[in-house]
Amino acid sequence: MAAKSMTIAKALNESLRKALDTDPKVLIMGEDVGKLGGVFRITDGLHKDFGEGRVIDTPLAESGIVGTAIGLALRGYRPVVEIQFDGFVFPAYDQIVTQLAKMFARSLGKIKLPVVVRIPYGGGIGAVEHHSESPEALFAHVAGLKVVSPSNASDAYWMMQQAIQSDDPVIFFEPKRRYWDKGDVDTDAIPHPLHKAKVAREGSDLTLAAYGPMVKVCLEAAAAAAEEGKSVEVVDLRSMSPIDFDSVQASVEKTRRLVVVHEAPVFLGTGAEIAARITERSFYHLEAPVLRVGGYHVPYPPARLEDEYLPGLDRVLDAVDRSLAY
Amino acid sequence: MTVESTAATRKPRRSSKRAGAAKTPQASEPQLVQLLTPEGERIEHPEYEVDLTPEELRGLYRDMVLTRRFDAEATALQRQGELGLWASLLGQEAAQIGSGRALRDDDYVFPTYREHGVAWCRGVDPTNLLGMFRGVNHGGWDPNSNNFHLYTIVIGSQTLHATGYAMGIVKDGADSAVVAYFGDGASSQGDVAEAFTFSAVYNAPVVFFCQNNQWAISEPTEKQMRVPLYQRAQGFGFPGVRVDGNDVLACLAVTKSALERARRGEGPTLVEAYTYRMGAHTTSDDPTKYRTDDERQAWEAKDPIQRLKTYLEKQKFADEAFFTGLESESEALGKRVREVVRAMPDPDSMAMFENTHADGHALVDEERAQFAAYQASFADSAEEGN
Ligand SMILES: Cc1ncc(C[n+]2csc(CCOP(=O)(O)OP(=O)(O)O)c2C)c(N)n1
Repeated sequence: MAAKSMTIAKALNESLRKALDTDPKVLIMGEDVGKLGGVFRITDGLHKDFGEGRVIDTPLAESGIVGTAIGLALRGYRPVVEIQFDGFVFPAYDQIVTQLAKMFARSLGKIKLPVVVRIPYGGGIGAVEHHSESPEALFAHVAGLKVVSPSNASDAYWMMQQAIQSDDPVIFFEPKRRYWDKGDVDTDAIPHPLHKAKVAREGSDLTLAAYGPMVKVCLEAAAAAAEEGKSVEVVDLRSMSPIDFDSVQASVEKTRRLVVVHEAPVFLGTGAEIAARITERSFYHLEAPVLRVGGYHVPYPPARLEDEYLPGLDRVLDAVDRSLAY
Repeated sequence: MTVESTAATRKPRRSSKRAGAAKTPQASEPQLVQLLTPEGERIEHPEYEVDLTPEELRGLYRDMVLTRRFDAEATALQRQGELGLWASLLGQEAAQIGSGRALRDDDYVFPTYREHGVAWCRGVDPTNLLGMFRGVNHGGWDPNSNNFHLYTIVIGSQTLHATGYAMGIVKDGADSAVVAYFGDGASSQGDVAEAFTFSAVYNAPVVFFCQNNQWAISEPTEKQMRVPLYQRAQGFGFPGVRVDGNDVLACLAVTKSALERARRGEGPTLVEAYTYRMGAHTTSDDPTKYRTDDERQAWEAKDPIQRLKTYLEKQKFADEAFFTGLESESEALGKRVREVVRAMPDPDSMAMFENTHADGHALVDEERAQFAAYQASFADSAEEGN
């Protein structure tokens, strides 16, 4: 079958539909996921076609949603739960961190918890507080969880399939401001491994590493840099736990410069981990220190200031220039 | 053997008793405390009473009309792109004004994000409520100047803050009380159950005021509970009462009584104001996806404002001059709200770095300086360029 063009939202929807279709143990759970189809309509039509037993509107209790998903998984189901917005995952954080992440280890590998926690995350949509945050590092820091984020429709489709098929708990961060971006999806393709990075654009002077909503900004920055004669490679990490350091290393050893970009605060973030590892691995290849572009160590600001907070083209290009100036 | 394979070998049990959801007991509608019928008829209740002068009654009417007008203006401003979002209280005026007017100045209110009418009663300038919906701040008023806490978006969180605050009142030997507002959906949150536990155990002077507006975005109350909400209080050891949330007099009487109980040191009360959200959940929501027009129309017949108007007119407590005067007052309020919002400036970008810590933070200071230098570089290059 030829590739179809669809939005990231639609790709996720199709992916969930396929999972429900192929595996009777797959369940969708969350607030408003039923009749409404979710506040972002990611589960649109699934309730109608698969019924209340498979697509479950839950009480408004995030700890309850994740806690019962754990129980359902213990009973052989594969729940895919939706947390309505990034900032509302915290009532469930206890269940995710103390239970979901640890049960495989505690049972000496006897208990698998194939639970996917979907979280629309990140800013750029002019929302009120708790609707724009990027808490991925908080989850990546927890052993036992896998953390991923697609940046385009094809990855959204395939990574969701893979996350649901994974026997590990996966925290699936959906870049909400990219939901309406279109891309080609080949539903017959052989998917790229879930935790492997992709080179989104080839280049030879510098590597930009990003994931989720920031990949688009980095691709735009690379295009702008190309006009000034700079060849910038963009690596889409796709997975924040594990991180595919090999792919980043390979790119950096080619370009000799690395800038990591994410929306989350730079302080103690994913970029810090990448900077440290790449410095360890590729110290003698680097022409410049690994730079990071990201959010500040302040609460996510009110909507009218988010453009200043979020890394945009200018801030990425500024970091590119600073790196190249070493 | 892995759990997975165990589960696979088990036979699913499908007794008819287990499958599906049973009929909710709410079908048998519990008694509502009511003092003013939807037809505008004054009725008696054995436990609750209010004795108000015509002037006070007109005051409640005025509060509801102006609150509704403010709310309509905010909805319009959102449509015009002046606000990013708005959560309308349309239909919930009586619940908010009735409970809000039961408060004493020294009481403290912990709202959710829809308590515009309660804010009005507390004397918060309504334009202050719009900053966070416009996206220029995360609050916009000083909670201590009106004893009206900031709006809380994470549902249910504030019920614990209210309880703790009430515990503090007891420690201080004061006799004020606290009201925590939340929705029927929020009642499912663990925080709310924990607030019930703490307030009962510590006998905290807090009134839990739940506006059951029937919907939590797209989810009806049956997705949150199987027994009427007010009955839940009993299991925690304090009284619960269901009041007609579209009856401003009953809301006033019931809240007053619960506050007095709290002041007497008898602990918390759960008030369930049975009402209806006539508009969308917020301006981002499309209620046609999940509810019917018929339902809304049935509730429109119970409109909180109309019923008080009927009563005022029947009793000749208000004349034409009062209503026309109020109409022009509404217009003026609408105009002021429009003007203030349109003139509301975007914050200075350096404001991001303010108020992260009370005692400062070296890293924030460093990032602030870097950000300032970065911003300045644009100014410099603009100068060089020209
Ligand atoms: C912890 C948390 N989860 C989810 C949300 C998203 N959300 C905002 S309002 C709302 C529905 C709340 O319904 P209810 O408590 O009945 O209050 P209402 O809005 O109807 O007044 C939801 C799910 C949230 N704000 N906080």
